[in-house]
Amino acid sequence: MVKKSFNVLEHELVPQHVLLDKKTAAAILKKLGLKPFQLPWMYESDPAAKAVGAKAGDLIMIIRKSPTAGVSISFRYVRRG
Amino acid sequence: MSFAENETKTIAGIKFGLLSPEEIRKMSVVEITESETYDEEGMPIRGGLMDRRLGTVEPGVRCETCGNYVNLCPGHFGHIELARPVIHPEFAKNIHNILKATCRSCGRLLLPEEEIKKEIEKMKRLEKQWIMLKYWEGEAVAKKAGQVKTCPHCGAPQYKIIFQKPYYFFEERDGVRVRLMPTDIRERLERIPDKDLEALGLDPKNSRPEWTILTVLPVPPISVRPTITLESGLRSEDDLTHKLVDIVRANNRLRENMESGAPNMIIDDLWDLLQFHVATFFDNELPGIPTAKHRSGRPLRTLAQRLKGKEGRFRGSLAGKRVDFSARTVISPDPNLSVNEVGVPLDIAKILLVPERVTEWNIEELRELVKRGPDNYPGANYIVRPDGGRTDLRFVRDREALAETLEPGYIVERHLRDGDIVLFNRQPSLHRMSIMAHKVKVLPYKTFRLNLLVTPPYNADFDGDEMNLHVPQTEEARAEAELLMLVQEHIITPRYGAPIIGAIHDYITGAFMLTRKDTLLNKKLLSQLAYIGKYARELPEPAVLRPKKYWTGKQLVSMFIPKGFDYVGSAKACFNDERCSQLYCPYDCNVIIKDGELLSGVFDKKSIAAEEPETFLHEYVRVRGKAEAAKLMDTLFKIFIAYLDITGFTLGFDDIDVPEHALKEVEKALQEARKEVDKLIKQYEEGRLVQAAGMTLEQTLENEILKVLESRVSAKASEVLEKYGKKSGSGFIMAFTGARANPINIIQMSIALGQQTVRGQRIKRGYLRRPLPHFKPGDLGPEAKGYIKSNFRKGLSPTEFFYHSMAGREGLVDTAVRTADSGYMYRRLSNALHDYYVAYDGSVRSSEGFIIQFKYGEDGVDPSRSDHGRSVNVDRIIKITVSTRTKPVEKPIEEEKLRAMVEGKASYLPKKVRDELIEKILSSRLSEEEAEEVLKKALKEYREALVDPGEAVGMVAAESIGEPSTQMTLRTFHFAGLREFNITLGLPRLKEIVDLRREPKTPIMYVYLTGDYAKDKNKALELARKMELTTIRDVSENIEVDYITTDITITLDPEMLEDRGITVKDVAKALSKIKGKKGKIEKVEGEKPVIIFHTDIDDVIKLRRMYERIGNIKLKGLKGINHALIREIEENGEKRYMIVTEGSNLAAVLSMEGVDTTRTVTNNIIETANVLGIEAARNLIIKEMKSVLDEFGLDVDIRHLMLVADAMTFTGKLREIGRHGVAGEKTAPLARAAFEVTVKHLADAAMRGEVDMLKGVTESIVVGSVPMPTGTGAVKLLMTYEKKEQKT
Repeated sequence: MVKKSFNVLEHELVPQHVLLDKKTAAAILKKLGLKPFQLPWMYESDPAAKAVGAKAGDLIMIIRKSPTAGVSISFRYVRRG
Repeated sequence: MSFAENETKTIAGIKFGLLSPEEIRKMSVVEITESETYDEEGMPIRGGLMDRRLGTVEPGVRCETCGNYVNLCPGHFGHIELARPVIHPEFAKNIHNILKATCRSCGRLLLPEEEIKKEIEKMKRLEKQWIMLKYWEGEAVAKKAGQVKTCPHCGAPQYKIIFQKPYYFFEERDGVRVRLMPTDIRERLERIPDKDLEALGLDPKNSRPEWTILTVLPVPPISVRPTITLESGLRSEDDLTHKLVDIVRANNRLRENMESGAPNMIIDDLWDLLQFHVATFFDNELPGIPTAKHRSGRPLRTLAQRLKGKEGRFRGSLAGKRVDFSARTVISPDPNLSVNEVGVPLDIAKILLVPERVTEWNIEELRELVKRGPDNYPGANYIVRPDGGRTDLRFVRDREALAETLEPGYIVERHLRDGDIVLFNRQPSLHRMSIMAHKVKVLPYKTFRLNLLVTPPYNADFDGDEMNLHVPQTEEARAEAELLMLVQEHIITPRYGAPIIGAIHDYITGAFMLTRKDTLLNKKLLSQLAYIGKYARELPEPAVLRPKKYWTGKQLVSMFIPKGFDYVGSAKACFNDERCSQLYCPYDCNVIIKDGELLSGVFDKKSIAAEEPETFLHEYVRVRGKAEAAKLMDTLFKIFIAYLDITGFTLGFDDIDVPEHALKEVEKALQEARKEVDKLIKQYEEGRLVQAAGMTLEQTLENEILKVLESRVSAKASEVLEKYGKKSGSGFIMAFTGARANPINIIQMSIALGQQTVRGQRIKRGYLRRPLPHFKPGDLGPEAKGYIKSNFRKGLSPTEFFYHSMAGREGLVDTAVRTADSGYMYRRLSNALHDYYVAYDGSVRSSEGFIIQFKYGEDGVDPSRSDHGRSVNVDRIIKITVSTRTKPVEKPIEEEKLRAMVEGKASYLPKKVRDELIEKILSSRLSEEEAEEVLKKALKEYREALVDPGEAVGMVAAESIGEPSTQMTLRTFHFAGLREFNITLGLPRLKEIVDLRREPKTPIMYVYLTGDYAKDKNKALELARKMELTTIRDVSENIEVDYITTDITITLDPEMLEDRGITVKDVAKALSKIKGKKGKIEKVEGEKPVIIFHTDIDDVIKLRRMYERIGNIKLKGLKGINHALIREIEENGEKRYMIVTEGSNLAAVLSMEGVDTTRTVTNNIIETANVLGIEAARNLIIKEMKSVLDEFGLDVDIRHLMLVADAMTFTGKLREIGRHGVAGEKTAPLARAAFEVTVKHLADAAMRGEVDMLKGVTESIVVGSVPMPTGTGAVKLLMTYEKKEQKT
């Protein structure tokens, strides 16, 4: 059997994950008026986080296809673990 | 009863901790030394458990400590000096963890110095983020330190510490078990430095671990354990007092023996006895020790039992409180009341009171009420003076004089009057519409009366149902009730955004009869009906002028629909033949309302019913508003039943009659079916029946028989009913309009009941090989297995009756079981979600300050303000714009321009709406001005649909899932496309999802293929083969162990080998790869290949284990995939293949060649999270829940499911809804304790020194009076009151 690697980000269940650079991340947090840990979390070990190369302390923007709004944007704060 | 009348303070938080012996002594007012409670004269003994210094519960007796009487004395603690320390049983587990993590000689934490420092730093960091992280880190540190064998500080070797429930500790010193006595443990705990405790996540300032070993026992005040004096004058002591007596006695005996120098054996025994009594004083349900019993044999209810469980202090007294100003009685219907009203019996109105403050404007009125007194309705029962003094008007001689003393500032507690706002409730209160505000209408007789239209939200009927009524007592409460809770505010349910209040039963029949084409009303009838609908304008022109004036029913309906109202829809009573698509359908099923005129179509379920989306009623509420809709229900809807009243409507015997020859036809079909069944049985007996995949031969036969019966007999019955049934009969009218019943019920009444089933199968249990002795053994014919050919009109034969009752019983049992299951699921959901609310920025937050969603439901729309889930109804806006067009469109707007306009002006709208707007504006060719107007209206509609800040969306989501889950009837299994696989459905599956079961009961994968694999059946089949797990057991006929020769003999099945494409060599090879293999393999060729595995395992148990292991050895395929079948699908009009598997292994399947890695999915949520990440798991949770609910036709807005999914995933790890997840990981110890495992949470909170900041809903209720984070409690005044006052 041929082992094949696959990209989790292409799967239909996985929404678009965008790794934000520090500057954008800081700007977004400021706009939301939130501390990073108040955001939803995500772990470094998460397959999608690994796929975008996120490290602890990063912010990931998630662009979901939404049944109600069409497109919806969410953020997750990456934690160690 | 308050202890400090003039001072009120707000509780900021509650800190938990342990009491140190010094504190216990300090707060104690008396040391208890005497085991006797009362002396001969019945006076409490000083130093005994009933010492007067502990407080008083008898009226008229002063407390010796505070000098107050019962109502003001709070009670005072005493204490018992224990002769020897004992372990507090609730902390035993914590003690064990600490003992393991610390050094037995120097008391330090068993981690290097720098690591301890690092942990303390880390804790400080985590504490700021989420306190639970700190506690978990503490647990992790304890676990890690527990592994260490030698102390890094003093080098002392550590021994294994064994904890034996409930409170025994041992140390294993070089193989010898030594009991650690409480004194030893206490000494060790005392040695632990504060810093090291901090590294364990504990709070040494408030709870030193040695304080869990009691040297002093606090004795609760008498008010906690009051004496009950029976009528006979006998005194009965509380269970706690009994237990305390035991403790004092055991303690005294132990001390005496110690002082007299008794042998150690005896002292230890007495010590254990004291330990037992103290342990059972705290918790009488400890594992491993006998429960302490009362003299009568009843187990004692001690401290833990008082707190625990449904009737315990938390759930029974703190989270659920008893209230005054309430009433309960039987309900009965009254169509003459408004939907907003409730009929209250006069007797109740004279007891329920509304406090009304006297002002100069109402003083005369209130004086009059006072004069009338408590017995003359409307009157008043009490007067409250500004100084707080109450006057009971029952005992006032001269009420006239008293009335004159009334002055502004007084409060008169007057009788309930018409128009007062009250809350009305029916249990089970499954959603917010279970408690609604009504306006009082005081009526004679003894029952509460309500309009029939509000029956669906309460789920009420009048077969003896009772309901509760509450009278709000403050102006604020009344205002909130009227504005937020009034019935009309709840016409649209947040569950799916459509009316839940609307026509039912006779309202629908009446509407249908009235709006039928042939309904003509003469002037008298029309006037009468119009009057019932409070119509007070001129009558329209009659539709028929000669020979007499007649109005149509539709005209009457139109009189109540305002001008300018348009609606197009269809009726339910439509038979969907080709003529229906024409405007003039023979069944009049095209409902058209133009400018307030009902032009065509009959009103039935699809126009006016409750619990139906996209109806005329729904449109009316959306367009005209809630108040007008309520008015329509009070007028037009009332006419519907009035019409039925006047013209008469009844179900007669002849309505369900079909001619004799029609029944013969069905009988003939049954005969034919029987022949066919016989044929099938013969085939089966001769072994010619082809076995269906995934089923046994017997199952195949059953299945085939059922199919025959269904296709022949049931189909025939429907056909006969269609042909000979009396279409104009009342039964038909009710069934086809959707008022009540369905055609099957009519078939059951007039033709035959049909097949009775138990667990989805024909009746099979009962006597040997036959369900009842009336049939021959082995009879598989229709009648013997529960087919009922009689109908309700004729009556059932005895056997039929019995079968019918079997099926009926199953239904009852199922309902009973389901309510418990769904009730518990609802409780967990609500406990998990109830403090999620919409913040002022539109995000959903928890009371702990986390963001659950950035925008509620992703578009910020409140489902109860949506149009069946949509935020903006673009079609309607465009339709209205077009219909109010004043000049023809010269030039339709260009796409470019429109796009720019939408992205500019309407960028505020969600993308979905923007796209829809662009598409629909272009296709309806609107002009630029019109497009602009449409955008403006869309924006307005969207803004109006947004959620209000403070909305308790979590609770609403829990209700919206919990309420319908009760309705999921039976059908726990269903075929997944192919009939080979069953998949779990309904409540069990829903529970699985929220419980986050490690593996679903029926794991299943949908594997899509790529390239040739999708096109070529053989290649797909080959891939499926590769997936299917084949073990040695699968290809063996028999596996045997010989315990003497220690050989394992595997007899292979050549057929199976071939089928699975496996050779004997493969098997041998697999065997040779066994880890830690001992022995050699021998192949024996023959008719059936045999492999003998000569082992040299002499241990029987190990041999047995090896035997079991061999059967499970994988030869081929993927772990977890039990079956893989190919299925044909259509994609873009082309034939394609995919694989459906029973069992799931996402990672392995996705790594296979030919598998489409973008679409292949499993129903295992945990697996998805591991392979595809947390976001994929979130999507899967939503998808799976939606599909379960859809299967049962239960409409639930997707926003609720999203919130549940987000609650389960926002921490980055999957969390179940329940004790071990969302509900059990709250920071507030009170909230956790009120949910489940009360005592453990309280003990942990004390150990860690937790603080409850009272931010959540449960905590607010438990403490009382602190505003909640949700609803109107979310509103805060951001202004300093004092400062403002100084200015003026």
